[in-house]
Amino acid sequence: MRIYDAGKIVTGLAIFIVLMTSPFWLSGGKSSFPPEIKIDTPVIEGLAEKRCIEATAYMKAKHMELIDRWRQVVVREGESLYVASDGKQYRMSLSHTCLNCHSNKDQFCDRCHNYAGVKPACWSCHVVPQELKG
Amino acid sequence: MKSTRRTFLKIAGLSLLGVGTKPVFDALAEVEVAKALKAPEALGAKRWAMAVNPKKCSSGCKDCIEACHRVHNVPDFGNPKDEIKWIWNEPFKDAFPGQEHAYIEESFKEKPVIVLCNHCDNPPCVRVCPTKATFRRKEDGIVMMDYHRCIGCRFCVAGCPYGARSMNYRDPRPFIKAIQPDFPTRTKGVVEKCNFCEERLARGLLPACVLACKEKALIFGDLENPKSPVRELLRKNFTIRRKPELGTNPQVYYIV
Repeated sequence: MRIYDAGKIVTGLAIFIVLMTSPFWLSGGKSSFPPEIKIDTPVIEGLAEKRCIEATAYMKAKHMELIDRWRQVVVREGESLYVASDGKQYRMSLSHTCLNCHSNKDQFCDRCHNYAGVKPACWSCHVVPQELKG
Repeated sequence: MKSTRRTFLKIAGLSLLGVGTKPVFDALAEVEVAKALKAPEALGAKRWAMAVNPKKCSSGCKDCIEACHRVHNVPDFGNPKDEIKWIWNEPFKDAFPGQEHAYIEESFKEKPVIVLCNHCDNPPCVRVCPTKATFRRKEDGIVMMDYHRCIGCRFCVAGCPYGARSMNYRDPRPFIKAIQPDFPTRTKGVVEKCNFCEERLARGLLPACVLACKEKALIFGDLENPKSPVRELLRKNFTIRRKPELGTNPQVYYIV
């Protein structure tokens, strides 16, 4: 078997492979670190039990579904209180309930969302109370 | 037992069906009922409505307009073309075009009347909305907007015969004097209007315009309750509504 212009093709392939795998070489073989999420806000530090409104594992996996249901229930069904699985009641409000504890949006919400490459549109309308004061 | 190809295929098919249906049953079992309630202090009604007494309005007073636009983060773009308004003054001749005649006193024609969304019983804006972003709450009759769903098509702006809907042609945030954290702002490409202070009623507060009016020219209450302040006013006064001939059945009443 004979390849026409073998030199050019092999060189081209080599350049292509180097370029495609460059992220691996440039990172030096290390895996990238997951974002460091801060939960050391004054309100959370003051809590007796450091627990979100539901179990941490549930909040990590399903907070987006919970918030989506909140918006549906508050806007379209006119209900304003959420009853958590432990029976406690919370006002369904992104700006007031979520951000009351997680007052460090840039170190909590944003860090993980940036890492995961998701861009929720919440903040184009919903107000971040901490940003108003600043 | 002798197993034929036929029985083998039957059993294989049935087991495949069993494996295939399991995720469906799992998904159905996972659906939990949203655990949510109304706040105990929430104000409820079968049919919210408003009565306006323009005779009590002192000229030049804008207390209700300012209070409403402040609590709802309504932007002021500074030009009438882009104006966003939830409650505003309209000259009598434009608010009640059917009431004009050749001999009407000139001063009446231009007299400002407070107008807002009429929260119609038969709202054209709801009928034309392609995404159901605008909807009528069956429990209390408030015509509401779900800004999450609004795609900015402006069918409702064209459909509303009262001009009660305004479109955000630009990002409204830089044009809000002082942003209130209690209510979201809107974003570019979203229509907005009066919501009868639905978010305040849910927390047990009367509408901002009603509380702001020193003259008590705006009266809010439940039409289905014969003892409500609105029903009392309707009993004692002759009232008219804006363009009732259109069949929208508006629920803001004007004492004349």
